[in-house]
Amino acid sequence: MFVLETNRLTRHFGGIKAIEDVSFKAKDRSIVSIIGPNGAGKTTLFNCFTGITKPTKGSIRFMNKEISGLQPHEIANLGISRTFQNIRLFSEMSVIENVMVGQHTKRKYNLFSAIFHNNNFLIQEQNILQNAFEYLEFIGLQNFADMRADNLPYGSQRRLEIARALATEPDIILLDEPTAGMNPAETEEVMSLIKNIQELGKTIILIEHDMHLVMGISDWIIVLDHGVKIAEGKPEQVRNDPLVIEAYLGKETIN
Amino acid sequence: MIKDIIEKIRALTKKSIIFRSSLIAAWAAILFLPFKDIKTAVMMFLSVLIGLSAIFFVRKSNFYQTFLEEFHPDFPHRFRKPALIALLIAFFVSPFILADYYLDVLIISGIYIILALGLNVIVGFAGLLNLGFAAFYAIGAYTYALLNTKLGLGFWACLPLSALSASFAGLLLAIPALRLRGDYLAIVTLGFGEIVRLTLNNWDSLTNGPNGITGIASPSLMNLSLGRLEYFYYIVFAFVLLTLAIIRRVESSRIGRAWIAIKENEIAASSIGINITKYKLYAFTFGTFWAGIAGTLFASKMQFVSPESFTFIESVFILSMVILGGLGNTYGTVLGAFILALLPEVLRGVQLYRMLILGLGLVLLMIFRPQGLLGGGKSVRIRN
Amino acid sequence: MFLQQLINGLTLGSVYAIIALGYTMVYGILELINFAHGEIYMLGAYLVIIFLGIFTAMGLTSANFTLALILSIILTVVFCSAYGFTVEKVAYKPLRNAPRLSPLISAIGVSIFLQNFIMLTQGATDRGFPYRFGEGHLYFLNVDITYLQAMIIIVSGFLMFSLRIFIWKTRIGKAMRATSQDKTMAALVGINVNSIISVTFIIGAGLAAVAGVMVAAYYGLINYFIGYIAGIKAFTAAVLGGIGSIRGAMVGGIILGLVEGLGAAYISSEYKDAFAFIILIIILLIKPSGIYGREIDEKV
Repeated sequence: MFVLETNRLTRHFGGIKAIEDVSFKAKDRSIVSIIGPNGAGKTTLFNCFTGITKPTKGSIRFMNKEISGLQPHEIANLGISRTFQNIRLFSEMSVIENVMVGQHTKRKYNLFSAIFHNNNFLIQEQNILQNAFEYLEFIGLQNFADMRADNLPYGSQRRLEIARALATEPDIILLDEPTAGMNPAETEEVMSLIKNIQELGKTIILIEHDMHLVMGISDWIIVLDHGVKIAEGKPEQVRNDPLVIEAYLGKETIN
Repeated sequence: MIKDIIEKIRALTKKSIIFRSSLIAAWAAILFLPFKDIKTAVMMFLSVLIGLSAIFFVRKSNFYQTFLEEFHPDFPHRFRKPALIALLIAFFVSPFILADYYLDVLIISGIYIILALGLNVIVGFAGLLNLGFAAFYAIGAYTYALLNTKLGLGFWACLPLSALSASFAGLLLAIPALRLRGDYLAIVTLGFGEIVRLTLNNWDSLTNGPNGITGIASPSLMNLSLGRLEYFYYIVFAFVLLTLAIIRRVESSRIGRAWIAIKENEIAASSIGINITKYKLYAFTFGTFWAGIAGTLFASKMQFVSPESFTFIESVFILSMVILGGLGNTYGTVLGAFILALLPEVLRGVQLYRMLILGLGLVLLMIFRPQGLLGGGKSVRIRN
Repeated sequence: MFLQQLINGLTLGSVYAIIALGYTMVYGILELINFAHGEIYMLGAYLVIIFLGIFTAMGLTSANFTLALILSIILTVVFCSAYGFTVEKVAYKPLRNAPRLSPLISAIGVSIFLQNFIMLTQGATDRGFPYRFGEGHLYFLNVDITYLQAMIIIVSGFLMFSLRIFIWKTRIGKAMRATSQDKTMAALVGINVNSIISVTFIIGAGLAAVAGVMVAAYYGLINYFIGYIAGIKAFTAAVLGGIGSIRGAMVGGIILGLVEGLGAAYISSEYKDAFAFIILIIILLIKPSGIYGREIDEKV
């Protein structure tokens, strides 16, 4: 079963074709990697999935429901959550508050409950706090719950962003370069974290430049170049695709 | 040739504190010159020279840095509970101790605290700069004034109506205005504030124009008039506490967290499912609600309203309270409102300079401590 | 009657347009609503009266009025440029990398400060322009134009034209345009961004000074709060034309002047000041990019 399908998805910015006719399917509970050189349109693709950018043409179907044209928060409510290439934590909030706010749409109560602290409020807040701690434990930051988010080291900030995304209880989680700027040991940690997320029953789509990580954990790889999908397949297929080697891996190995 | 001279002056400026100070002082004196005589300008030169030299000298010796560090935002954390209890008691007994004049000042401070708390919801929590908050204050005050003098409705009946009408005006403004980016939104709110004031000023048949409305009733309870200063003090005191409690509770709920999230990063907030528009509207209507309450209190305290009380400067004054206390910090806002409301009384002797100091203070605050007195510390929005 | 109001509106509009240029140039480069800009205009109005007073005391005005007037205007422009330069250095430059709202609040602080500074040093009552000049009339199609009105329109037109030439043809003008498009890139190609920002403030303030002089002479009466309302109206003009666009500021100023002149004559003069705010709100809500502006998106 496929949780996310795009059909001939296109997004132009003025005359620039950021993505052009991209079609792919992501299997439920799989890890899909999107790779490609800088400017290939990977982040634009994520922005289309999450409603931040509206596609020029084409469709995006999530669980067989058309989602292109929906607002970002509506898409998040349906069950797609993401992290950002340039970290976007709520830096003035504490670490745990960042995860608490992630449960905004899943644990609800209204203004009057908040003012009168009624039963509903107490139960929900209890849950929110408890869940938040569990997510922090999951990413290993439970000891920093009280710290301001922007005081965390860089690698931990990336993981906190993942925890916040998980707190929305998504079916699909989109990770935009989760290991950018990390050392090999931290990258290794993130790799096992991603596998753990998959074991929670979630589908993961990630944009990544670290080929070791991509080849190591992906079930499916999509290669973009200049906004066009030039190849897709299992890691070993993509690795040996001459087009990919020419457009992308060739340059990468020289580096 | 000229370049050499400029280079030399530059090098000298870097090296010598006195030279740097005298250059700046001379510049300031020249700028000042057209508006006063030469003698004053020379005085100005000397005072700036001495003042700047002292500042540069102190900065060089790092005293300044340690001073700032000592004034740490976490300071109130430890003493919060005992200090709050002591304050509560002090405020509770003050009518028995203080002279009427001071009670009067405290009442006005209380009204400002309610206003500032409401504005803090909009600016501090949701990050929406509002330069026309006095308009909602005015709408609250005039709603009570009109309902009371024209229809004879009492204070308690009008209070919710005034608050809701201010809130409704907030909603009406916010629905179209929230699509705008920060500073454009600020200008639209400013324009709205001016339109409200001009309307009050010119709609003679309803508002009696610049002369205002007189003869507004004080609150009463079961035929007992609460117009006496002590009674009114307790009413305002109770409303301050009520406002504070409600806003603290909302702040530490999912609603408050959603506001902060929106302020910090709209894109990230929407990516976790927060409906940005809805929560901004929430903040606007919720914040302006308190302006309505404060307006009603103000009208019944003064028993008189006129457009003069609701100018742009008034909006800036309320905003300054929030900024001084620390944007988004509830206790800071209370402190900021209290300080600024008291300041004119403390500065009685230099009353004329009040606004001059306010303007200068805003600039200095932005440069040296933009987070305000209590802002910028670790957040405390978890209920415990 | 209609044509007469048109001319009055055009005079007013030219003044708004010149002030609006300062808003639009600063916004184009710093994305800052320079709230203190209106006060510079107010300072200009005061300064020209002060300098004329000094020259009168020296006996120059009675000897050669034109020379005294021209000297006063030059001094006013020089001083106002210095004020604009100083305000930027003191109140905005330290906040270059602060959150967007900080410089705006600082600007409001400067505005309040300057207003009250003038109130304290010059008094809270109205000040009169000491001389009347340009009172002759032109009659044209039944319309009565004073020489002063004609002068205001011509000088404004000349200044706008010169600014356009300056921005499009000179090296500094080109550097200004580059800076307004991308500060980092401009710095990388060797433009001294700080000097360009200073130049922008100096030019903007100089223009505001001229506007102040013209208004002082035209209305004959000024007070310390004329800067606030004129500032808001000029800002409205800048937004109306499309903020960041020089051409927009000119067109916006003239449209606003016309609307205000005609509105005061045919709708209600009591709500004269409200027209600007209503136009501003409508423009911002319907087309915030104005007539000539470009849309701005946030980058993800």
